Amino acid sequence: MSAEPAEGTKVPKICIRNLKVFFGNVQSLNNITLDIMRQEILSIIGPAGSGKTTFLRTLNRLNDLSPSFRSEGQVLLDGEDIYHPSYDPVALRKRVSMVFALPVALPMSIYDNVVYGPTLSGAPKKAKLDELVEKSLKAAFLWDEVKDRLKTSALRLSGGQQQRLCLARVLALEPEVILLDEPCSGLDPISTAKIEEALVALKQDYTIVLVTNNSKQAARISDRVAFFLMGELVECGSAIQIFTVPKDTRTADFVTGRFG
Amino acid sequence: MRIPPRVAQTVARVVLGAATFFTVAVLIFIIGHVLVKGIPVLSFRFLFSNPEDMGRAGGIFPTLVGSVLLPAVALVFAVPLGIGTAVFLTEYTRESKITAAIRFGADCLAGIPSIIFGLFGFIFFVTVLRMGWCILSGGLTLAMMVLPTIIRTTEEAIRAVPYAYREVSFSLGATRWRTVWRVVLPNALPGIVTGIILSLGRSIGETAAVIFTAGSSLRMPSSLFDSVRTMSVHFYILAREGISSENAYGTAAVLVLAVLMVNGISYWLMHQFMKRFS
Repeated sequence: MSAEPAEGTKVPKICIRNLKVFFGNVQSLNNITLDIMRQEILSIIGPAGSGKTTFLRTLNRLNDLSPSFRSEGQVLLDGEDIYHPSYDPVALRKRVSMVFALPVALPMSIYDNVVYGPTLSGAPKKAKLDELVEKSLKAAFLWDEVKDRLKTSALRLSGGQQQRLCLARVLALEPEVILLDEPCSGLDPISTAKIEEALVALKQDYTIVLVTNNSKQAARISDRVAFFLMGELVECGSAIQIFTVPKDTRTADFVTGRFG
Repeated sequence: MRIPPRVAQTVARVVLGAATFFTVAVLIFIIGHVLVKGIPVLSFRFLFSNPEDMGRAGGIFPTLVGSVLLPAVALVFAVPLGIGTAVFLTEYTRESKITAAIRFGADCLAGIPSIIFGLFGFIFFVTVLRMGWCILSGGLTLAMMVLPTIIRTTEEAIRAVPYAYREVSFSLGATRWRTVWRVVLPNALPGIVTGIILSLGRSIGETAAVIFTAGSSLRMPSSLFDSVRTMSVHFYILAREGISSENAYGTAAVLVLAVLMVNGISYWLMHQFMKRFS
């Protein structure tokens, strides 16, 4: 199974086994088997419609919100099947949290955005929340820009700031896995650099899965890269290997820009 | 034959402008007429003293109280029921024939003439449940009448909340209920308030449904089980029976001002709320 016993010591955080995903009669993912390691950034690349986002949303069961969704195979988080009928998706999403392609700041204050997740289950002490807000915003490289206006509406932030706020909001949950769905697609290069800087720093403590349309970004910050095509996992390997000596010709065609 | 663009432009401007002018003119004429005839009658005494001689003299205080209590009772019942139904239909069920049927039913209900509600209220609350003509009977009847409006406007408001907000909330580990409570309803609030204002306006002005169910007693009510006369019913009786057209206009002016005030205050409140997050 473990096609790549990469980097020796690393332990898989999520094991995906023969995962198939259907929406109604349409199959979106076919037979995905993949291990996602602790403390790594795994980038998922591939052309539009290749199932990258669907795959990502399978990892925290966000696809469940769609009535026609159906899956086969297993997704094991720390060895537990998250699609087991007794598995609680709400608890799962606190451990495996997500940053979306479009920065969606909830229409409330910056502070309230960050504490939204942590205050869902009970109300922690204010001092603890303050501390959490500062810690999360610092980790998302946003603290210095907003520390004096935490109580103003998050909608007044720029797009890049909102996306970092979304990252801070996820960090405040203290999750184990962070999923990012093209987090920089609408951002300027400076905001993108800040997000990338944050992700690399966060790798120490989290497992990060990043869907990106930007091959350069994948090459810059990821440890491993998985190439998806038409709902199938074509190839997964270290970033260097995928971008320099891909095993599959389809991967080669994609990374050299021959299609997609 | 082709119309030159410049001419078409001018014609459109004139025709559309005339339509707007006509609409505004009708509104101003009606409100103006009522206010011009009614305001001279108004005084502190008119508002806050009891009517004498069937309303020929004295004030309108009990009817003022009736016009406050009846819509209040109606909203107390209709708002939670209506919002609850709308949340259930939009967030807790999948689109199906049943939800379509419920929606269709609500639309039909909204189109039923109010006097039919009055008749039903009279038969059901007043006679079958032996509640008699009282504030509660009238309020419940009004509640049924405005329920479809509240359901439908709330539904539209909830639907207008971006789906992305829900996704974010779920992805942060919120349950459906927490998502509805913390994200969906606060964002739908302006739309929901609009529905409530519409309903409030409608129930303040309602006459036919009320006269059948709350009665037309001119005495000051002392409980929800007393009969009461609302301002609109008072106006109707004063005008219809030819008791006092002067006091009828006075009552109408109070009614119009009350509705304008309710609208004004609600929009101001809503504006304050919106200002906090934009």
